[in-house]
Amino acid sequence: MDFQLTPEEETFRAEVRAFLDEMLPPGTHTMDPAFLAEWHRRVREKRWVGFSWPREVGGGGGSIMQQVILKEEMAKRKAPPLGTCFMGLAWVGPAIIQYGTEAQKQRFVPDILDGKVQWCTGYSEPGSGSDLASLQCRGVRDGEHYVVNGQKIWTSIAMWSKWIILLVRTGPPGVEHKHDGITCLLVEMDTPGITVRPIRNMSGGAMFAEVFFDDVRVPVGNRLGEEGQGWKVTVSALAHERSSIAEVEGLLRKLDELVELARRAVKNGRPALEDDGVRRRIARCETRIEAMRMNGLRFLTKQLKGEPLGAETSINKLHRAALEVEMGDLALEIQGSAGHLEKEVEGGRWQRFALNWPEVVIGGGTPNIQRNIIGERVLGLPKD
Amino acid sequence: MNFGFTEEQELLRQEVRKFLDANAPMEAVRKLAETPEGFSRALWKQIGALGWLGLTIPEAHGGAGLGLVDLVVVLEETGRTLFPSPLLATTLAAAAIRDAGSEAQRARWLPGLAEGSAIGTIAVVEAGDRLDPGGVRLAGRREGGDWRITGEKLQVLDGATADLLVVAFRTGSGDGEIALGVVERGTPGLTAETTPSIDGTRRVARLRCEGVRVAGDALLGAPGAAGPALARLLDQAAAVVTAETIGAAEGALRLTVDYARERVQFGSPIGRFQGVKHPLAEMYVDVESFKSLLYYAAWCLDQGDPEAPRFVSMAKAYAGEAFARIGIDGVQLHGGVGYTWEYDIQLYLKRSKWARAAFGDPDHHYDRVARLRTEAR
Ligand SMILES: Cc1cc2nc3c(=O)[nH]c(=O)nc-3n(C[C@H](O)[C@H](O)[C@H](O)COP(=O)(O)OP(=O)(O)OC[C@H]3O[C@@H](n4cnc5c(N)ncnc54)[C@H](O)[C@@H]3O)c2cc1C
Repeated sequence: MDFQLTPEEETFRAEVRAFLDEMLPPGTHTMDPAFLAEWHRRVREKRWVGFSWPREVGGGGGSIMQQVILKEEMAKRKAPPLGTCFMGLAWVGPAIIQYGTEAQKQRFVPDILDGKVQWCTGYSEPGSGSDLASLQCRGVRDGEHYVVNGQKIWTSIAMWSKWIILLVRTGPPGVEHKHDGITCLLVEMDTPGITVRPIRNMSGGAMFAEVFFDDVRVPVGNRLGEEGQGWKVTVSALAHERSSIAEVEGLLRKLDELVELARRAVKNGRPALEDDGVRRRIARCETRIEAMRMNGLRFLTKQLKGEPLGAETSINKLHRAALEVEMGDLALEIQGSAGHLEKEVEGGRWQRFALNWPEVVIGGGTPNIQRNIIGERVLGLPKD
Repeated sequence: MNFGFTEEQELLRQEVRKFLDANAPMEAVRKLAETPEGFSRALWKQIGALGWLGLTIPEAHGGAGLGLVDLVVVLEETGRTLFPSPLLATTLAAAAIRDAGSEAQRARWLPGLAEGSAIGTIAVVEAGDRLDPGGVRLAGRREGGDWRITGEKLQVLDGATADLLVVAFRTGSGDGEIALGVVERGTPGLTAETTPSIDGTRRVARLRCEGVRVAGDALLGAPGAAGPALARLLDQAAAVVTAETIGAAEGALRLTVDYARERVQFGSPIGRFQGVKHPLAEMYVDVESFKSLLYYAAWCLDQGDPEAPRFVSMAKAYAGEAFARIGIDGVQLHGGVGYTWEYDIQLYLKRSKWARAAFGDPDHHYDRVARLRTEAR
């Protein structure tokens, strides 16, 4: 066991810190669009966008460890997001690098790295959520095109996206063997026949949408991977960039804010932070967060040794889900009887936080599905 | 960065496991649990010869000079089979002498502890149940260069069989005025009485000191200055209990998973039902998580890293809660047989009751975590 970084890694950390000191001095208005553009440009210049991607496609060619350091430092500093390309950077880019043709790589990857093009993910359908492989949206080959008909749902940021990575069923009708016959297509959102309808969520915002496909013609050249291999493309793309270390930094910052809230809020006539129950629940959250960090380091060690990560990463997804709910509830309880008021305390940021947990808990697979994965793939219990 | 065990440590694990499988299977554990001493002197001698007892004792004093991380490997295995022995107690006495004693004191006591000719323990907890230097009330009175101590200690691990007892006592009324003195078995005025535990694989004792003489040269460090040493010892104690808890919790989980794969109801192994599968998955999540925390805590203790207290407390609190849950769910998922004397799962449940309370329950440790976070700023 050894948690020390090598001198080279320490040097890299220092370089990242110095850069962040320069770019993000206290008081920086990180949500200003001009600043965000400049921020992206400067980080890109350092080749820290797509840092672990191969240099041939414009990535940074960085090591896993450097990537972890970079993410950790950025999260500690609450650095702004890079460009508008979350999904592009998280899995669309890696999927194209792994499965794309030369032409696709040249066409799509630079734009993702430059933060120019927003991507969204069209996997889920009204009838196919947890059971994703049961999806029905169809793609029928017609000469040099696939003609797509069907519906997607819960498509995050669909209304602001230029492209969608889409799963369609291309297998012959009748042979609906679940994982086979699924194909992955890259589709431009302004193709005729696509309709996007935003869905309002319970905290009042709308960041996901329904997407309808009505005889949408997609060039065969926009197929990612072979016909019928869409499941494989999806699974390995989602397995990319699974480091949870940066998330932990964000959660710890959130916990600090919760402590500050408890210092100011009054409960039973004294600062909530003096309440044993509140204190223990804060400590419990901290313990779960640090457990996530330590689990993450154990997973990282496996990766560094070149071993593939398996179902064990579901551990941290479950922790994260429980924490989001616990911390949101705790924040409202600290506020006492005012906890239900929409905007009274700190402009209602904790209320929004306490209502937005589904983004983490449901998006990307629900807790029950994670428990099935652990029960079956790790503990060897019989399948559902 | 490498968060894993070395090849040597993995080899050690295999050897320990092989030895325990051969010499202390569950039937043997059950038999030992019913003997008055609660462990086998013959096996104790063997594990001394195998080097388990001297693992963290310096080479100059008959040990292997390794760290707590190595000891964790052994303790995970002894926890897995609920192996009854004074290993934890002896390890803690050795740690106290190694860390707080002089070179002469180390030379005097450590070799015996390393080879197993002497059993050691630490006596800290008292009525009032406070786990900090302020909780030590047992009073010492100066008598020339020596001390006379009077009072009572509770929950002393293997107190009735220990040959060397590291006793925390008070040299004055001030907060930190604490001493750690080594008292040998048979010293006049010292009596130990085993207090039966629902965890039959453990022996704890009530220790009475009535004017027991502690020689001046048996004090670890300067009189009245042992507060920090005691605090460190309590962290080590919480850490070794948690290390054993990893193995015990994994043992309970494995038993229950095996049962869930075999037991058929409604025409299917019960492990197919999510009402069974999901709690088992949660047990796994919890064990892996407090395991990660404890590994890091042990590394911090070995390195003298200031994060040690925080991570020890997080690991112990999490383990205490999780193992308690695992004990209960484990029995419950066995159904009726889980309640029987004959099935082993109940032994783990009983261990969980001991481990939860030993050297600080979850509330105690969460309170400390909260203190460390809120006072730091
Ligand atoms: C904020 C947010 C953003 C999202 N963004 C996207 C996106 O960008 N692109 C995209 O494609 N999808 C997206 N999703 C969809 C998400 O992946 C699905 O909602 C999720 O997989 C669950 O599917 P479902 O909603 O159909 O629920 P269902 O699958 O119908 O599940 C309903 C309930 O039943 C439980 N359940 C289902 N099957 C089982 C089982 N076998 N055993 C036990 N319990 C079971 C589930 O755990 C859940 O509690 C997003 C969702 C959210 C909430």
